[in-house]
Parts: sequence; structure tokens; C-alpha cells
Amino acid sequence: MALDKNDVEKIAHLARLQINDTDITEVTQRISNILGMIDQMQSVDTSAVSAMAHPFDAGQRLRADQVTERNQRDYYQSIASATQDGLYLVPRVIE
Amino acid sequence: MLSKTVAELAGALTRKEVSARELTQAYLDRIHQLNPALNAYVTITAEQALAQADAADARRAQGNAGPLTGIPIAHKDIFCTRGVLTACGSHMLHNFIAPYDACVVERLEQAGAVMLGKTNMDEFAMGSSNETSWFGPVRNPWDQARVPGGSSGGSAAAVAASLCAMATGTDTGGSIRQPASFCGLTGLKPTYGRVSRWGMIAFASSLDQAGPLTRSAEDAALMMNAIAGTDQRDSTCLELPFEDFTAQLNQPLNGLRIGLPREHFTKDLNPAVQAILQEAIRQLEILGATFKEVTLPNNYLSVPAYYVIAPAEASANLSRFDGVRFGYRCANPANLDDLYKRSRGEGFGDEVKRRIMVGTYALSAGYYDAYYIKAQKIRRLIKQDFDLAFNDVDLILGPTSPHTAFKLGEKVSDPVTMYLEDIYTIAVNLAGLPGMSLPAGMLNGLPIGMQLVGPSLSESRLLNVAHQFQKSTDWHTQRPEV
Repeated sequence: MALDKNDVEKIAHLARLQINDTDITEVTQRISNILGMIDQMQSVDTSAVSAMAHPFDAGQRLRADQVTERNQRDYYQSIASATQDGLYLVPRVIE
Repeated sequence: MLSKTVAELAGALTRKEVSARELTQAYLDRIHQLNPALNAYVTITAEQALAQADAADARRAQGNAGPLTGIPIAHKDIFCTRGVLTACGSHMLHNFIAPYDACVVERLEQAGAVMLGKTNMDEFAMGSSNETSWFGPVRNPWDQARVPGGSSGGSAAAVAASLCAMATGTDTGGSIRQPASFCGLTGLKPTYGRVSRWGMIAFASSLDQAGPLTRSAEDAALMMNAIAGTDQRDSTCLELPFEDFTAQLNQPLNGLRIGLPREHFTKDLNPAVQAILQEAIRQLEILGATFKEVTLPNNYLSVPAYYVIAPAEASANLSRFDGVRFGYRCANPANLDDLYKRSRGEGFGDEVKRRIMVGTYALSAGYYDAYYIKAQKIRRLIKQDFDLAFNDVDLILGPTSPHTAFKLGEKVSDPVTMYLEDIYTIAVNLAGLPGMSLPAGMLNGLPIGMQLVGPSLSESRLLNVAHQFQKSTDWHTQRPEV
């Protein structure tokens, strides 16, 4: 399926990706080419086939609901761009 | 000495012909000499390596050494390594010092392996040539104008150029097997769930598996003994008793039934590659195997289905990179939305952004059934093809890649052409099966691999067949002149 520039801008917004205006034509073309290749799937009748999410159709193994991790907040935050009082700092949302 | 197999090096260490420290220093010297041209390593951990080597020598002196104790290894930069840069080939993680070790790294360290450094890779493992790396491309030691394959290209180049004795890789659609084919190595993608994914930066969680890149099947078996096995921290890791992957290596191949997929031996396959595979088939017949044609009629759908499922999972996995807690953050963000969009827009490369967008589209309202559910249904058809084939044969043999290593820049401008590079490997990930590539011949001075695929949990059998083939051929002993 071919996409247009507006479609790509909408997808980029959903994915929270900034795409430069100068790149948008090329990105649109390349994603359309990829979707064209993917569309080979549509010629196959899969109405009687069930979807497969896991190679062995296995479910998630659950563990006991116990605390197993020790608190390493300060260590983990040592690689953050900006923190204060144990919180991550981000720009103001409401100005 | 540096181009010997792990098994040979372990013997030399045991006989005290060399110490782990001497071996480590010799590899580090060679890395300093050759890495500037090859770009196989992105981080070299010399000081840590020498400390680990001394610990390995002490352990050996105490009589506690295993086969990997003191053996120098390189880790793909997708594995978290505590206190060491883990960039995953991306500007997004150019400053990410991992706060913990991946399970695979931890287990190899426990086995006494000595980490020399971290290897270059396609960004977030998305690529088949190592050209999407933020750190620049890796060069193939067999011909530096050519790619080493991807995404585990740095690991493959490092083993091939004797810049380490063995390396870790990961394989989501062929990322261990195709570089193994291009660099003349043995590479194994284990059954999904064999090896813990804990601490391995996620690309497509239902497909990703870690595995060895080595100079022989015996070495791959030794590495598998260290890395495979249950890990409570990865809920998709299978609960299985310990398996000794070296135990069956010397079993004769009499009675082995091997399937040749009709769809893999067509006019699309380079005739010279086809001739090399025919020669390997004759060799395996001499060793006692019999061959019959099998069919994988839905294999042609594996690339389309994969390019829905893998990007869909990637778009979810990579949503954690938002510029807030770690990794790249854009300068002077105006507000939170701008912080997200510019950090991700500037931090990710073009291929990663393309795949995130394809995945986002496939999962978006109105397209979910037509793309994502459709691809999952096709995934089942692909799995069923293998199940049917394995009713008649013990394993399947075919090409790993349609050709030998291609030139840098040759395919990078056309994503769809690059995606079709993995036409023989991707179905194996979708079906969750073990697959390996091993050297089968040389073509114009370049190595070419063949692929073996088995039913779930048949790694020991694959390694057995590969080892027997390697005992009677010398393709795996060829080394590039670097």
C-alpha cells in the first residue's frame, strides 16, 4: 500500500519521531516500497489459520510475587541526563 | 597461536604452553594493530581483560579451570556489560554505561572467559551488512572492500581476523548465520528460549536469540555449554536440564536423513554457490547421510511476515528510548513532546526510524488485522512447513546466503533489496528453530557457508553433523591474510 506525506507525518507523530521536512519525500517512498513488499502476504488465504505469537505457543511463566531486587536508584540514576531528589527532570509540560 | 580454535587454546593453557595473560596481551596487541582498519571493536576493555586473565591463570593454578577459562572473547555491543559502554551501534546509547551484566556475559565470565571488548553491529541489530552502525561500517577481513554481514558483523570480523578466540552474537533474522557465512565461521542460532535474553537489548522479543560465533562446531558446543540454560529473569527462557552440547559431537552420521528444500535450490541461487553445496552434500553422503527433497512452500512469505512482526515488536521495545532516563537527549527541548521527538529523531539512524514507523503503522488502529494478525497467521504456516518436513527428515540443509560477501555501499541505498538478503534464514527465527551456518567452500577467495536447520532443541545433533563435516573437510580452517 502506497502512503502519502500526510500518512508518514501521522505515523511519525504516533512513534514520537521527528522527521525533517527535507527527508519526508524519501522516507515516504521507502516506507511505501517496504509496505509493497509486505503486501505479498495479502494474496494468501489465512481464514482458517490461527495467529501465532510465540514459536511454541507458550505462555508467560510467572514467578512468586516477592521482592527480589534491592533498591539501586542512585546507581541507576547516575547515567541520567538530569535528576533531582531522586526524580528524573524533564522540560515543563504546562507553560 | 591466535588463530587456533578454543579447544586448541584450552589445550595450550592446560599444558602451560601459554598463560591466559600472555594470550590476552597478544590479542590486545593484534587488536591495536588491526582494529583501526577493520572497525570490528567499538570498545576495548584492556585493563579489565588483563585482570580477568590473571584471575583465570590463578583459577587454573588451583585446578578449577573449565574449557573456557582464560579464553579471550568479544561480546556484541547489544549485551549489557556492567560499567562498560553498551551502545548497541546507536547514537541513542552512545553514553549508556550499563548498570548490570547480561545473563550471557555473566555466564561466560563465570566460565572464566576473558572479555577483550565490545563489537560493532548494525544499529539495534537492524541490518544485514553492519553499515547501519553509528560507529561506521566494519570491514570484512577477507576483503576490506566488502561487508562482514550483519548484524553481528563486528563479532564475525573479530573472530575471522583473530582479534579474539570466540565471540557472542545475536540472531533475529539471520544476524549470526549470515555474518558467519560471509566471514568463514561457524555460527549457531539456538532454539528460541535456549539462551536467556536477560540484559540483551531487545529488538524483536519473539525472535531474538543469542549464540556463538566461532572457528569450529566444537568451539560452538563449548560456548553453548556455558550460555544455554534456564534463567528465571527471562520468562521466555525454557526450563530444561543441563545439556552437554559436546557429548554427541563424535557420533557417526550413519542413518542421518537430511532434507533439501526444493524452494532453496532454484535458479535464484547463484550456480557457483549451488555447486559448493552439492559438493558438501556428496561429502555428507560419504559420512553416511542420505538426502531427500522436502518442500517449504511458504518460505517466500517469510520476509514479508518478518518485516511486519519484527518492526512491530521493535516499535514497542524501542519506545523506552525517550531521552528521559538514559541515553541521548536533544539540546534545549521546548517541551516534553519536543524532547521525545527530537531525542528519538536525532538519536536513531534512518533504518531504525524506518522500522519503528513500519511497526507503528502495522500496529495502528485499522491496520492491525491486515498486517500484524495476518503476519502472525503466516508465521504459523511457515512453522507448519517445517513440522511437516521434519516428519521425514532429521534436519534440513541449504544455503545461508544467496552469495558471498557483497561490497560496502552496494545495497545500503535500497532497504527492500537488503531485506531479501535474509531469504534463507528468516523463516528459522519465525519458527523458533535452531539453525547454524558453517563454512562449505570458497568462491573467488571469499568463504561461503551452508545452513543446517533442525527441529526444536536439536542443537546437539546440528553440532554433531557440523563437527563430523569439519573433521573431514578443511574449509573451517581457512584464515584470511589481514
